[in-house]
Amino acid sequence: MIDSVIDFLAPYTFLIVGAVKAVIIAIGLLSSVPLLVWLERRLMGRFQVRLGPNRVGPFGLGQPFADSLKLLFKESIVQNSADKFLFYLAPAVVVFTAIVTFSLIPFGKPFEIFDQKIGMWVANVNVGILFVFAISSMGIYGIVLAGLSSNNKYSLMGGLRSSAQMISYELTLGLAALGVIMITGSLNLQEIVDAQKTVPNILLQPLAFVLFYIAGVAETNRAPFDLPEAEQELVAGFHTEYSGMKFAMFFMGEYINMITMSALITLLFLGGWHSYIIPVPDLLFIGPLLVFSVKVFILLCILIWLRSTFPRIRYDRLMTFGWKILVPLAMLNLMVTSVFIVIF
Amino acid sequence: MFKLQSVTQLANETVVGVKNLLTGMGVTFKNMISPPTTQCYPEIKREMPARYRGRHFLTRNSEGLENCVGCELCAANCPVGCIHVEAAENSEGNRVSKGERYARVYEINLLRCIYCGYCEEACPEDAVILREHYELANYDRDCYIADKEELLTYPEPNQFRVNYLGNTTVVKK
Repeated sequence: MIDSVIDFLAPYTFLIVGAVKAVIIAIGLLSSVPLLVWLERRLMGRFQVRLGPNRVGPFGLGQPFADSLKLLFKESIVQNSADKFLFYLAPAVVVFTAIVTFSLIPFGKPFEIFDQKIGMWVANVNVGILFVFAISSMGIYGIVLAGLSSNNKYSLMGGLRSSAQMISYELTLGLAALGVIMITGSLNLQEIVDAQKTVPNILLQPLAFVLFYIAGVAETNRAPFDLPEAEQELVAGFHTEYSGMKFAMFFMGEYINMITMSALITLLFLGGWHSYIIPVPDLLFIGPLLVFSVKVFILLCILIWLRSTFPRIRYDRLMTFGWKILVPLAMLNLMVTSVFIVIF
Repeated sequence: MFKLQSVTQLANETVVGVKNLLTGMGVTFKNMISPPTTQCYPEIKREMPARYRGRHFLTRNSEGLENCVGCELCAANCPVGCIHVEAAENSEGNRVSKGERYARVYEINLLRCIYCGYCEEACPEDAVILREHYELANYDRDCYIADKEELLTYPEPNQFRVNYLGNTTVVKK
């Protein structure tokens, strides 16, 4: 009986493995959001010479869980003027695209267990990075839809600003990544990491790294580029009318995007799971995963550091900065890189 | 904004701009490694300044007699009228204060009081004083009519009336 079941399932092993990986990564990602919120609040506190949340549980670790419980039980208000269907759809789009984007991120070497070669990713697409950009751009739809369906001038303005900002900075993001892609000669994220075995790309493409980081911060709508949420002018931007869990979903989307962007920077510029200074043993999959996580963690801390340091940029300055400085610099970087590749 | 004459000027501005940004990052980093200024209140309590105007108390002199002579100047001077005094004569058998009269009833409505300290200033005998006790929260409104007995008991500074947490400490500044 069991043999026949195993025989029946044998050709579908890849499906089972894939499903398990997908579930693990989705749960891991979603549960890392409260931790990231906790980290941000604690770190922000320290940057402002205060303590941050420290009442709920040890080191205030219970605070994000208390907050999410509160949000779960809050009344979900939908105002009469809203377009109900789009209003409900928008947060789902944001979270969905955020999670799907992360599924393309490899975060470790493939390892072998029970004669199965298991890669540390949900999907290893041969145009990985293109796919990441494509899906993460879909997230803009969620924000625009939220702004439109709220039927509120602040939401609409916030949604439009956000989409304009994300589309502008996506250009820089792509152009900066192109330098790395040209050096590697591959769009596959795993191959890009493998190409950095000896030297991380940050040393070969320092300008691209800076451009990518700035554009990445803008792409995730984080301070100092958090224009869509400019409290002084737009209340809360595109999620002004959202409350309860629907608001929390926007929040979740933003934090997942933060993780994804940090992971992407790690993969493209910091050599992914390769450790350069301290040799780290493999230990099945723990070593590379640890190296990768540490890099992502440091990048996340820098994101929080930036947020607590810089004031918000004015909207026209943001656009000028994006189009007149970042894009030309990215083009220049691309040109120089291509010249070097042709010569050597 | 970007009408710059020469490339050198542009380069200069860029260098200065980046330097400024890094200085800002440095300031926040220094903040991060400096100890937080937060004092976790119920566990750690500040010692209040000596002239802090907190709760009222009635004083006694060195012989153990009450300083209050029941003149009602505090009540008359109170801008919100939260002090109620009823005076009575001292007698040989019942000597409460050193003067002729004493306060038979002395009540302060702590909810109405604005803690201005005028009663303290008006008092000719330094009988009513405002001290550094600021933890006046309670669950019962009736507790806020402080009668003479309560005003005469002088608890240690900055202690909960009920030490709920059992971990009360006082920090010296």
